[in-house]
Amino acid sequence: MPLPPLPTIGQLVFTGIALFTCASALGVVLARNLFHGALALVATLFGVAALYAMLEAEFLAVSQVLVYVGAIATLITFDIMLTRSMMYGKTSPMNRQWGKSGLFAVLIFLALYGFVSSIPWPANAAPVTADESMIAALGQQFVTSYVIAFEVLGLLLLVALVGAVMLARDN
Amino acid sequence: MVPLTGYLLVGAFLFSAGLYGALARRNAIAILMSIELMLNAANINLVAFWRYGDAQADLAGQVFAVMIIALAAAEAAVGLALIISVYRKRKTVNVDELDLLAG
Repeated sequence: MPLPPLPTIGQLVFTGIALFTCASALGVVLARNLFHGALALVATLFGVAALYAMLEAEFLAVSQVLVYVGAIATLITFDIMLTRSMMYGKTSPMNRQWGKSGLFAVLIFLALYGFVSSIPWPANAAPVTADESMIAALGQQFVTSYVIAFEVLGLLLLVALVGAVMLARDN
Repeated sequence: MVPLTGYLLVGAFLFSAGLYGALARRNAIAILMSIELMLNAANINLVAFWRYGDAQADLAGQVFAVMIIALAAAEAAVGLALIISVYRKRKTVNVDELDLLAG
């Protein structure tokens, strides 16, 4: 019986990143202390950025670190401190339906697992050019094919941020 | 090369973890963090399908992922502002204590 082929470097790196990402995602939802959960969220977002880098989507990896780790994680940390909701320990961080929710989440994962592993996905991707032409093409798509979506997105971001300032203002 | 299944399974796990957090946590900030996990799971799937498809010619998967990141930023800003506003009025951010509309 022939031995299965040894894992390549890329597969080993992927396994490491995947385990790190999944473990810190569990930390986000299970942490009793909300601040520890926020730190685990930062770790998860870094892991996802590493996955983007492995998929050769460099622009997305950098955007992920800038927007998620730089902005959203900071915002969440500020909110935790402003609402003083990290001083826990006496009450459970879970509500009464945590058992049912856990069962439901496990069933969803098993269903997705069965679905994903039953389809013969392509095992290899075609190589792409490694220079900056991909990022240039991405930028070009934003101002040609997807220009309406791009403009609407900019408007949405403006309205959402003005709305957030109005909501959080102390009056 | 890692097979596409690997990325899809990481996405499925992140989604399930986020779903559990969104359903089971009491703190509104923790629920928002779980929603961010689910958005990231969808993004991993989009980028993975982009890479294993016609990556050089069709960049729609990456464009979609960039837009989801921007949407997530808007969603986090509005959600966290709402949480601060609710905390000022009710002195709590536990969603099972926010029962103003319950009869």
